[in-house]
Amino acid sequence: MLKELFTSQLALGCAQAVIATLLALAVMMLARQREIHLERETVVALVRGIVQITAVGSILVLLLRGPAWTSIFLLAAMIVAAARISSGRSKGLPKSFQVSLYAIGGGAGSVIALMTWAGAIDPVITSLVPIGSMLIANAMNTNSLVMNRFRSEVESHVGLIETGLALGADSKRTVAPYVQVSLQASLIPAIDSLRSLGIVWIPGLMAGMLLSGASPIYAAVYQFVAISMIFSSSGLTALICSLLIRGSVFSPAEQLTLRPRPVTAQAVERSA
Amino acid sequence: MDDVTVEVRVGEVLAVVGPSGAGKSSFLRLLNRLDEPTSGTVRLDGIDYRQILPRELRRRVGMVTQIAYLFPGTIADNLRFGPAQQGIEVPAKAIEELLIQVGLAGRAAEDVAHLSGGEAQRVSLARALATVPVVLLLDEPTSALDAEAKDDVEKLILSVVRKNGLTCAIVSHDLAQAARVADRVMVLRKGRIEKIGPTSEVINAEGAFH
Repeated sequence: MLKELFTSQLALGCAQAVIATLLALAVMMLARQREIHLERETVVALVRGIVQITAVGSILVLLLRGPAWTSIFLLAAMIVAAARISSGRSKGLPKSFQVSLYAIGGGAGSVIALMTWAGAIDPVITSLVPIGSMLIANAMNTNSLVMNRFRSEVESHVGLIETGLALGADSKRTVAPYVQVSLQASLIPAIDSLRSLGIVWIPGLMAGMLLSGASPIYAAVYQFVAISMIFSSSGLTALICSLLIRGSVFSPAEQLTLRPRPVTAQAVERSA
Repeated sequence: MDDVTVEVRVGEVLAVVGPSGAGKSSFLRLLNRLDEPTSGTVRLDGIDYRQILPRELRRRVGMVTQIAYLFPGTIADNLRFGPAQQGIEVPAKAIEELLIQVGLAGRAAEDVAHLSGGEAQRVSLARALATVPVVLLLDEPTSALDAEAKDDVEKLILSVVRKNGLTCAIVSHDLAQAARVADRVMVLRKGRIEKIGPTSEVINAEGAFH
């Protein structure tokens, strides 16, 4: 329908963006009816998303003509930004930015480097940046899930953790079950992506390759490569994050520093 | 806590009483270094506790809390937890001896999920004793129990403390309980010591302040 109304690609894109935004706002309103208030977060995320992606798109037009080594700086900047966003999801968790930076950098960075060296990612900026960003974004999501879940688990089990400490246990051992749970939960999306590949989900990378004339079999195999890379970088990120995070909630004298956040009267009212 | 200086002699039972928010539990948490004092220190056998590894300190200073936080598993699993942290395997006979002390003989293999509040508190006490502490901290150990269980657990704690010659600090909001179990009573108010002395000088047998 839209294609008949708009002849220019830019106008068509804007119209599609408006419809997608309206849909997101409708979901937000539905949530509001259920007393789940996502208004501010949704609007900020939508505005931020469109501004960021348009700006990056404009910059990429220039950057993608540059030499391959410039992609290292681009990817490094993406890792720092991802760490910042991910740590914002874990307010109250000590050293969350450092943990996120090491986890995402170590997880996504090492997979990008290894797969570029092995030849699975072309060492050109047009390959490195889009595939790298995909790996970093997934690593960021996994990192946020580990940290968020870990914080909730620790907050819910303060009594048991301090009982372990009071019995002379190593602080890291007292939170080991919650690290394990957080790690497992964080990898569910990556594992489900692998399991559902081709059945439930035909991702954009494969669609793009088909549209650009690649062989369907090669496009399918490369999509598997991409999803496997996502799983590896997410898994590695989750592992690094879980290793670093378990010590971050204790003081040098092995005292639990993370305390449950107070529940406000408004929050209780809303959930009721 | 502010300006709190107190010496507890070996084998003595000190009751810490006072209104809610007086700092009773905070005082106890400072003693096994679950919280860090911003100034001042605690000495165990005359040694500044910052010179003792926190894990070693906590092994020597056992704690029983108001709610018995038991680890999922059997009673024996819970009793083995503390010693296992030092690489010590507790034999079944020693587990049974601990359970006899707390009146749960023959129940080592029982899942802790099925225990009553009073039984859980007994397991918590036996678990604290399993690390062979020299000091026992009791943070309102009977306040979450019904009247009958409360009496039983209180008598049990007193007999275990006396039998093992433990130095003990017990937080209680129940003055009558403090009168029954303590050698000395410390009254806290707004984080400061309001009064401290032999139990008979601070409270009477009915649990009222003199």
